[in-house]
Amino acid sequence: MDSTLRLIATNPVDHLARTVEALLVVASAPLSVAELAEAIEDDPERVETALGLLRERFSERRSGIVLEKDAGGYAFRASREASEACARLFERPVERGLSQAALETLAVVAYLGPCSRPEVARIRGVAADSAVASLVERGLISEAGRESGPGGAVRYRTTPLFERVFGLENLAALPRLDDLGASSGELRDRLLEVSAARAS
Amino acid sequence: MASLRAMPGVPVRELDLDLEAFEGPFDLLLTLLLREELEPGEVDVAAIVLAFVEHLAERDEIDLDACGEFLVLVSALLELKARLLFPDEAAEPDALEPEEAAEELARRLAEYRRMKEAAVWLAERLAGERDRWFRLGPAPLAPQPERRLAPQDPNALATALRALAVPPPAVSLSHMALRFPPVSQFLDRFRALLSRRRVFDFDGEVAGLSRVEQAVAFLALLELRKGGEVAISQSAPFAPIRISRADDERITTWTARSA
Repeated sequence: MDSTLRLIATNPVDHLARTVEALLVVASAPLSVAELAEAIEDDPERVETALGLLRERFSERRSGIVLEKDAGGYAFRASREASEACARLFERPVERGLSQAALETLAVVAYLGPCSRPEVARIRGVAADSAVASLVERGLISEAGRESGPGGAVRYRTTPLFERVFGLENLAALPRLDDLGASSGELRDRLLEVSAARAS
Repeated sequence: MASLRAMPGVPVRELDLDLEAFEGPFDLLLTLLLREELEPGEVDVAAIVLAFVEHLAERDEIDLDACGEFLVLVSALLELKARLLFPDEAAEPDALEPEEAAEELARRLAEYRRMKEAAVWLAERLAGERDRWFRLGPAPLAPQPERRLAPQDPNALATALRALAVPPPAVSLSHMALRFPPVSQFLDRFRALLSRRRVFDFDGEVAGLSRVEQAVAFLALLELRKGGEVAISQSAPFAPIRISRADDERITTWTARSA
């Protein structure tokens, strides 16, 4: 037993892993490998090795906390088996009461962002002011400059919190837009068919 | 009140509508709207939907294909009506042919449908992540960059402070007290000059004087011209100003007229 402890204490990667673990406990947002390596002043490859060690150690059914990779970095979360207890004690302010309008607006910003409120309104067919304000307040989207030209509208894009809440490693993890609403061609053909039939 | 007559196996778009503003097949209604031969505000879409629902209720079984087609067409009609009711929108249906309008309509509907599907995907994703709990908080503080200062020497600091303690040089206010020489001084000078010479250059006479003295000399010159004592000529802007006796000018003018 003593010899095992001595082995762990003298293993440099394990020492590194403990430091990484400490940083991740303090952090309130995912930390990238680069950020961890800079803080520890160590090689990024060695940090990744340490992260691999931690992912094994902090995984479902092995620990109450789980190390996961999302929003472009690594972060701890509660294990899923503890979710019911968490739900009794904690709130989910970010995603609670997200309306259909807010979800559609979020989808537009996630896929087409950075984009402005008028662009969102053009696609959805209704004003997006309150939906955008709600999403900004929740921290799911944030301002990302303005459209070119004088008086250009403010543009928005999704935040790392959006990726974290939805469990996405990054925006590329979203399904391809072409795979959604596959019957669009049929819709166009049908309308054209109707128009052609009456025009003749 | 609208009524709708459906026949088994007949596509919804060919069903006859009997509305207050229109009577005929559904697709003809769409085409008339696209061609702007029918006022969109006159078409009661709710009445069409109610009529279709009543028609469904009368039947023993639901034709899902017909329902789907009806939804597509009535949603197209709704968007068309909304767009024509608000002509300032970017779609500009006035400039489009019916086929183009239909294509534009379909493109927009498809775009919205994709976003709607994406919203459904996000909602499902969120539901699937309901048992993921993590700490939420403000973004961690970025590490403050260390201020890198060059090695400091106390003596150098003392020297710098000493330099600061030296009283600054007194600001010269000499330009505030302008001395204006009397105009009469230059009047006398120019008169004396013209008594000796017929012509002289103003620039040459005031060269070396201060700007104030030059200005006073110019005033004296204007005064002489006003009194008819001198003639002033300048071949071009900023060219030397030539001063001559006034009687010489009169002689020159007279000679020129006589010639």
